[in-house]
Amino acid sequence: MKIIVSIKQVPVRDSQLRIDASGHWIQENDLSFEINEPDAYALEEGLQLKEKHGGEVIALCLGPARASQTIREALAKGADRAIHIEEENLTSFDTLGIAKLLAKAAESEKPDLILTGLQSDDLGSGQTGVVMAEILGLPSATIIMAVETAGSGIRVKRELEDGWFQNVEMPLPAVLTIQSGINKLRYATLMGIKKAKTKEIKRLRPAELGVTAAPAAIIERVYLPQRTKQTQILEGSAKEAAAKLVEKLKFEVRVI
Amino acid sequence: MSGVLVIMEQRGGAWNRMSWETLAAGQQLAAQTGQTASTAVAGQGIGALAGELARKKLERVYAVDHALLGAYTADGYTAALEQLIRKASPSLVLFPHTYQVRDFAPKLATRFGQVLISDTIGFRVDGGAPVFARQLFQGKLNADVKPGGAGPYFASVQAGAFRADQLQDGSAQVENFTPDLSADEIRAKPLDPFRESARAVDLTAAEIIVSVGRGIKEKDNIPIVEELAKALGAELAASRPICDSGWLPMERQVGSSGQTVSPKVYLAVGISGAIQHLVGMKGAKTIVAINKDSNAPIFEVADYGIVGDLFEVVPALVEEVKKAKG
Ligand SMILES: Cc1cc2nc3c(=O)[nH]c(=O)nc-3n(C[C@H](O)[C@H](O)[C@H](O)COP(=O)(O)OP(=O)(O)OC[C@H]3O[C@@H](n4cnc5c(N)ncnc54)[C@H](O)[C@@H]3O)c2cc1C
Repeated sequence: MKIIVSIKQVPVRDSQLRIDASGHWIQENDLSFEINEPDAYALEEGLQLKEKHGGEVIALCLGPARASQTIREALAKGADRAIHIEEENLTSFDTLGIAKLLAKAAESEKPDLILTGLQSDDLGSGQTGVVMAEILGLPSATIIMAVETAGSGIRVKRELEDGWFQNVEMPLPAVLTIQSGINKLRYATLMGIKKAKTKEIKRLRPAELGVTAAPAAIIERVYLPQRTKQTQILEGSAKEAAAKLVEKLKFEVRVI
Repeated sequence: MSGVLVIMEQRGGAWNRMSWETLAAGQQLAAQTGQTASTAVAGQGIGALAGELARKKLERVYAVDHALLGAYTADGYTAALEQLIRKASPSLVLFPHTYQVRDFAPKLATRFGQVLISDTIGFRVDGGAPVFARQLFQGKLNADVKPGGAGPYFASVQAGAFRADQLQDGSAQVENFTPDLSADEIRAKPLDPFRESARAVDLTAAEIIVSVGRGIKEKDNIPIVEELAKALGAELAASRPICDSGWLPMERQVGSSGQTVSPKVYLAVGISGAIQHLVGMKGAKTIVAINKDSNAPIFEVADYGIVGDLFEVVPALVEEVKKAKG
């Protein structure tokens, strides 16, 4: 099975975010970056499918030069090679532009399966995989919690609301967006890290793929959410704050 | 191209409740942009559902009825709604941001060269056109997003962002729309929805819930919050990553994929407050948040907050609870 896993690099979780001078995005220069969490699960799923069925895993990443760190890590975990679409100014593309770039780069590989995380932790649009599928004319399924082969196609387990699931059978090639928690993530081994240095990373530019930024949706402004609820913050040392909370629970909420 | 078209969601004849909130949003958007609002429901044998919609203040109710829409498929829904939108020619199409909408709406928008502005929490009108607010970084920041291009525009609405009780009654004309669908264009075969196992833990009955998130850092630290739950006589619950990692069983997960609870007190410990978690617990009477980040979105819904390190606060709290209980 030839599997492309589309991965994105995002600021590490719990980053202190500051809005940049333009007001259109965040200041990135003092942040650290990591693989988008659902994408890490998508990569792991790709690696496990390859281990079961043979084939190849190709990591596909659209991002600035700094993303090569995340690509190396994917190679160290076991991806066979990578494609890096290098673009410093990602915010000039909308989801459709981004999906077009990824689809163009994936198309020539003729993959059996394309996996992505179900959404990114930064923009959270949750549509890159689905739009890629539509551009490539492939069937897709989202929020996937299990993938197995079934005849010449696959059977996938879609997560529904409130603890419900649904199995869906579909032909290959197909695009799946993977939910966090589908599998158990592996760590890169020392051997893997060493091997990664020799693996191929093909570099492409958006212009080479014939896609230009023509966004249909534009971020006008980024800002801190306005609090509508007046939270009563209990101040003091841990002990003081705890004592105050117990007071509240006892005399106002009346559960102690 | 004019009018707001709201796509309702039903499964087996039962509405997804978020649809009503979206319909209210659609009415408000239409009123503020000087347009009419219409709605559509897709499925098989949906006459009664369409009839229910006909009692709302709307221009038109489209009953998109076809044997191939009986079970949801992305291919079927996309093809049917594409045909409807080409015919009805709205300027804006609104969806509730459900798991099903995530599955097909981006595809549908792509057919019109558009992008779905997903999971929006509000809008304002600027020069006659809507600008949508949506969250970035799981609720840590907001962004205003302006749709561009020729339209129609596509947006989905977050759970709880609008109130269903603001929906205006009235009357609307029902129009049956039979899309042109063939079985061979539907590539996926959906099987029946199922639940993993009977829920051994019923969190919905609990008076007090202590819920733990990724702030707890590792499995070995779980006893710290267990202690607190024990001291308070509370049930222990968790955010998704805790259950994903197997630190607590799946059946203790609160949120859109887990249980929806409304206890007297919900103590969120080291939980950031992503929308998928909030929808499962914001009905609690009193919400307490313990988090080291004063900007964490959980404080948006909390009545009481302690900004601090849970590894200091929680043991102190256990002490104080024990003292108070004597
Ligand atoms: C389709 C879909 C369905 C989902 N369903 C659910 C669901 O049902 N339930 C659910 O919970 N999530 C669900 N999620 C995931 C959700 O989006 C969030 O990723 C998740 O809720 C985050 O969990 P968390 O708050 O524990 O972790 P994080 O977001 O990582 O937050 C950890 C928090 O701990 C704080 N913290 C860290 N260290 C300390 C310390 N020492 N002391 C105090 N505080 C500390 C941090 O400041 C941070 O706010 C779903 C996501 C998707 C896309």
